[in-house]
Amino acid sequence: MMWPLTPALPLELWPLAATPAGREMDALFLVELAISVFMVLLIFGTIFLFAIKYRRRSPLERPRPIRGGLALETTWSVIPLLVFLGFFFWGAKIYFANAAPPKDAMQIYVIGKQWMWYVQHPTGQREINELHVPAGRDVQLIITSQDVIHSFFIPAFRIKKDAVPGMYSTEWFHATAPGSYHLFCAQYCGTSHSGMIGTVVVLKEADYQQWLAGGRGESMAVAGGKLYQKYGCDNCHGRICPTLARLYMQERPLSDGRIVRADEAYLRESILDPGAKVIAGYPNVMPSFRGVLSELEVLQLIAYIRSLGTPALAGEGEGIGAGQGTGTAAGIAAPDARTQQGNQNAYPPDSNPHTMQGERSSEVQKREGGEVRDKQ
Amino acid sequence: MGASIEPLVERTTNYLNAEHSVKSWLLTTDHKRIALLYLVSITLMFALGGVFAMLIRIELITPQGDLLSSDSYNRAFSMHGIIMIFFFLVPSIPATLGNFLVPMMVGARDLAFPRINLLSWYLYITAAAVMLYVMVTGGVDTGWTFYAPFSSLFSNGRVTLTVVAVFIAGFSSILTGLNFIVTIHTMRAPGMTWGRLPLFLWAHYATAVIMVLATPVLAIAMLMLGLEHVFHIGIFDPALGGDPILFQHLFWFYSHPAVYIMILPGMGVVSELIACFSRKRIFGYSFVAFASLAIAILSFLVWGHHMFVSGQSVYAGLVFSILSFLVAVPSAIKVFNWTATMYKGSISFDTPMLYALGFIGLFTMGGLTGVMLATLGVDVHVHDTYFVIAHFHYIMVGGAVMAYMGGLHFWWPKISGHMYPEIWGRISATIIFLGFNLTFFPQFIAGYLGMPRRYHAYPPEFQVYNVLSSAGASILAVGYLMPLIYFFWSIRYGLRAPDNPWAATGLEWKTASPPPTENFEYPPVVLEEAYHYSDEEAPIA
Repeated sequence: MMWPLTPALPLELWPLAATPAGREMDALFLVELAISVFMVLLIFGTIFLFAIKYRRRSPLERPRPIRGGLALETTWSVIPLLVFLGFFFWGAKIYFANAAPPKDAMQIYVIGKQWMWYVQHPTGQREINELHVPAGRDVQLIITSQDVIHSFFIPAFRIKKDAVPGMYSTEWFHATAPGSYHLFCAQYCGTSHSGMIGTVVVLKEADYQQWLAGGRGESMAVAGGKLYQKYGCDNCHGRICPTLARLYMQERPLSDGRIVRADEAYLRESILDPGAKVIAGYPNVMPSFRGVLSELEVLQLIAYIRSLGTPALAGEGEGIGAGQGTGTAAGIAAPDARTQQGNQNAYPPDSNPHTMQGERSSEVQKREGGEVRDKQ
Repeated sequence: MGASIEPLVERTTNYLNAEHSVKSWLLTTDHKRIALLYLVSITLMFALGGVFAMLIRIELITPQGDLLSSDSYNRAFSMHGIIMIFFFLVPSIPATLGNFLVPMMVGARDLAFPRINLLSWYLYITAAAVMLYVMVTGGVDTGWTFYAPFSSLFSNGRVTLTVVAVFIAGFSSILTGLNFIVTIHTMRAPGMTWGRLPLFLWAHYATAVIMVLATPVLAIAMLMLGLEHVFHIGIFDPALGGDPILFQHLFWFYSHPAVYIMILPGMGVVSELIACFSRKRIFGYSFVAFASLAIAILSFLVWGHHMFVSGQSVYAGLVFSILSFLVAVPSAIKVFNWTATMYKGSISFDTPMLYALGFIGLFTMGGLTGVMLATLGVDVHVHDTYFVIAHFHYIMVGGAVMAYMGGLHFWWPKISGHMYPEIWGRISATIIFLGFNLTFFPQFIAGYLGMPRRYHAYPPEFQVYNVLSSAGASILAVGYLMPLIYFFWSIRYGLRAPDNPWAATGLEWKTASPPPTENFEYPPVVLEEAYHYSDEEAPIA
């Protein structure tokens, strides 16, 4: 196995922080460390002092008992509590800032699969075990998993988020220092867990533009549009089913009276489990595409729906050609090639030597795919 | 120290030589004999878990995965975790020292349900046998945490049987807890009021409550995992309509309180040791006792701190974070009170005291790093790295195992009737303390640098910390082998132990070493508080 980075120093004691949020986390950690070292020295020192001063000099010693006092007990309960509360609020502040990506952050999709990271840029670039991002911009990752739970961990950015199957998690960062950084899977995921690693490359804006120009494939929205045609979605949508134009991020009433925002998670659920939240006034007739579409294809369909506009930006980018990419699938061709062969199970390119999983997931998918056909 | 004082009257029969047949051991209902059955069984499991630890440490000396294959490595750390948690740490102090001492400390003849006590050992042995069968027929690669859907539908190990083993071991633990609760409630000797209970009993009472209330949830989680694994019933795998986060909630609802099942009895042992070797009543007795109960209650409310990056709601994270800080307060209270107990005491440095002092130091470091992990922003970075590994080994090995070793030395004269060689005891305690720190301190640094846990191969910049850690592990192994040798040696060659070699208080020291089968010649009556080391009245502070 090749490790992409060579250490600058043989002995590294403190990891570089390449984001402002990472540096703030370091500051909090250092304060906690300083207080902890003080506490350890205080307790060790006191024990050492007592151990010397009050060592037993005669086996007949019977020291006078001392009763504890409420004042002392209260003091050493309340002071740690107050210090802990300080840690709590500072830590929560960082955690909440990390959980809320800025509105205009560029979005990149990440899919974990045993044992690789698949990265899809909205503009069509695809990467495996690499992530190229520009320095000085807010980048939001939308993370999911194709099989088991993984965890997307960039130590230099001090971020980590589990990639959970069936769920979109989000994480964001603002990298300031160009360079190459480790990317690890932090959640144990089976045989080659320690091989599920990669590199995050932070590029200066100009270098990033050059990189973008290099490997452009079909944009996600275009790919999604093709899927939309292929599965005949327009046979119903816009006729007996709700139109998808300007649906993204719209608030829609459900048949049970609730109101739902059509975000990524809702769109995904409605593709895979259409009966869960039906828009009021429409019949519950859509078949499930669970097991038919891969996680990537679901993301592409969502990108297509996004390209049909949002309520705030009505009219912008209507139609299939709205995506930026116009070229053929020149990036990493394998997924598309297989999709064109009609093999719907094959995404992402299967580097998995461990056949059991492959068999199992295709078995489940075949079974569920069969159900869909029965319904149709 | 007191080893030279021979008992005045030589008693001839005790629980060890009352009967000699194999049947008299395997069908015994004597809590002291059952404690010894447990002692032998968990020592074997500890050795086995230790072998897997050595495999892990040898593999990690080099960054490449060269000694074991990935699948073998994953099996090694899974077996290490499962054996050490479910088959050593959870039963360790309660099933051995607790079994031996709870009836003696309350002044009773046996536990409330002696036959259930024996059943609990048989359940443990059955579970251990199933686990050994798993080990020799292919092992399991889920880690001790069994996260779904990996464990239920993707693992290529023997998940079903492992789940069965953990399920059975859980019932062994429930029965032990039940026995302790009923015994402490109903079988206290005349005069043994709640306010006079040794802190060892308060700690075991709190532990037993957790065992009885939390372990069934583990059983439920294991059962559901088994159902999904065998019958493909969709509970946790989203492809089958399940929710993988649900498994984590169920698992940690047991497994976080389980951390306190492992550490609370250790705190009880340390309270006894500090008091005895300082010849002082524990400072703030009632605060230490109620801290045990506070820990037991709060331990049920903090499980979500294992899931800060799992995608659970950020508001849930907020609640679990603040509750985790709160559970650190009673632990801090205990540490301060132990330290204050030494003030103006008469301190001697026999082996058990060395372990107790080691416990305070290492537990403090484990606790403070736990506070860092409870901090939301910091946990995001160090979660699932070696920082977490180092933290919980400081609590589990630096805390629970140090206390277990200290307790074993302290009560060994009572259990075996013989003294261990004091000088070797001090040497091995020192070796264990140094070896432990060399093994686990470097892992804090490797973890903060970003080395993820459960990695078979790792980037070369982490190598120096792994080499230090592996070197420390070999020292630690020597430290653990020494007591094993000299305890056996002492049974044959050790000096005869007097009834009370440490001049300690407590009912267990008021009977013979080793005690007769019925524990006491006359039913004891308690006339004074615990740790009554001096007849002088304490001034009211």
